[in-house]
Amino acid sequence: MNLNATLFSQLVVFFILAWFTMKFVWPPIMKALDERATRIADGLAAADKAKTDLSLAERRATDELRKARETSNELRAGAERQGTQLIDEARAEAARIIAAARTAAEGEAEVAAQRAKEALRDQVALLAVAGAEQILRKEIDAAMHADLLNQLKAEL
Amino acid sequence: MATENAPNASQYIVHHLTHLKSSTQASLVDWSVFHLDSLFFSVGLGLLAVAAMAHLAARATSGVPGRLQAALEIMVEMVADQAKGIVHSPESRKFVAPVALTVFIWIFLMNAMDLLPVDLLPNIWAAIFGAAGHDPHHAYLRVVPTADLNATLGMSLAVLLICLYYNIKIKGIGGWMHELFTAPFGSHPVLYPINFAMQMIEFVAKTVSHGMRLFGNMYAGELIFMLIALMGAAWAGTFGSSLLWVGGVVAGTIWAIFHILIITLQAFIFMMLTLVYIGQAHESH
Repeated sequence: MNLNATLFSQLVVFFILAWFTMKFVWPPIMKALDERATRIADGLAAADKAKTDLSLAERRATDELRKARETSNELRAGAERQGTQLIDEARAEAARIIAAARTAAEGEAEVAAQRAKEALRDQVALLAVAGAEQILRKEIDAAMHADLLNQLKAEL
Repeated sequence: MATENAPNASQYIVHHLTHLKSSTQASLVDWSVFHLDSLFFSVGLGLLAVAAMAHLAARATSGVPGRLQAALEIMVEMVADQAKGIVHSPESRKFVAPVALTVFIWIFLMNAMDLLPVDLLPNIWAAIFGAAGHDPHHAYLRVVPTADLNATLGMSLAVLLICLYYNIKIKGIGGWMHELFTAPFGSHPVLYPINFAMQMIEFVAKTVSHGMRLFGNMYAGELIFMLIALMGAAWAGTFGSSLLWVGGVVAGTIWAIFHILIITLQAFIFMMLTLVYIGQAHESH
């Protein structure tokens, strides 16, 4: 337990080592630590920003999607309406054409029936005259009874 | 076991507790003597510590650190945190925190010399000493600098000087003088001498206990390693003595494992007290 000059040597060495550490060890390490802290903070901020951006983009995408769906629905409804309208129009047109055709056919049929009736009437008259001629060859004078026959023809 | 020139137990202990000196110590206090072994190991380990740290610091990257850099960063951050909690002046911390880091690493390394086998380095030294033509029985070597009171008191005195420096720097000569005579009991002419005496006792007690605490722990630890080594060396070929050898191995293992805690703890305590004392120097009473 002797005290001697080792004590002062140790004291001096202490300050030299401490000075050396202060000069060459502490600052670079603290600098590296601070820089890393800054980088980590920046990285975290960037990650936060990216997350916000992502959610914004997602919201925008959802909006776009919804808008597109609405537009397509609208278009489809329009097309359906238009289709229905076209079909209705076509149906109406067809009905009109059919009605017109029917009217025309009926008219023609009526005219034809009239004509046939008249022809028939003429022939019936002729037949009747012919018949009567046959039957009454002798008794009836055609010229004498022409008025009567004409009256008969008009009654038919 | 006792061959003619083998030392007995007390000779063995005394031999191991004798320093390699520059000259003979004339009295209890002799300022002309140096303990060459303490100086060699403390300077060597100190240089090793700061060189390794500076090497790592010079290559420090702010990106992903390597393992060694990470280890150093853990130490630096631990010390920086402690310093921040105790010394409140950022300006002072630029010096005080590196001091604390140096103290911690340096003392840890010096303490760790205790974990080397007690006879390893002294025997190597004895061989070298003998080869150089001297009597190997007078080859003295103590490898744990912190088990030398001069080394620990030297460091605690350095801490005292730092405390005095900050006392004057922070409070000014006048302010510090005022504090020396008015604290802790109060400002009254009757109390001046009592206050001053108390302050002096405080400084002396802090410094001595600071150095003695580390010295005592390491000295006692070293002594116990020697006793364990003696127990192991008592093996003389008989069954009973072989049990002593087994006991030496078991006790040596247990004590070495326990000592890992002690060397770290004592280094940490020395560092913390350094910070606390310097922190106190910043505070006005």
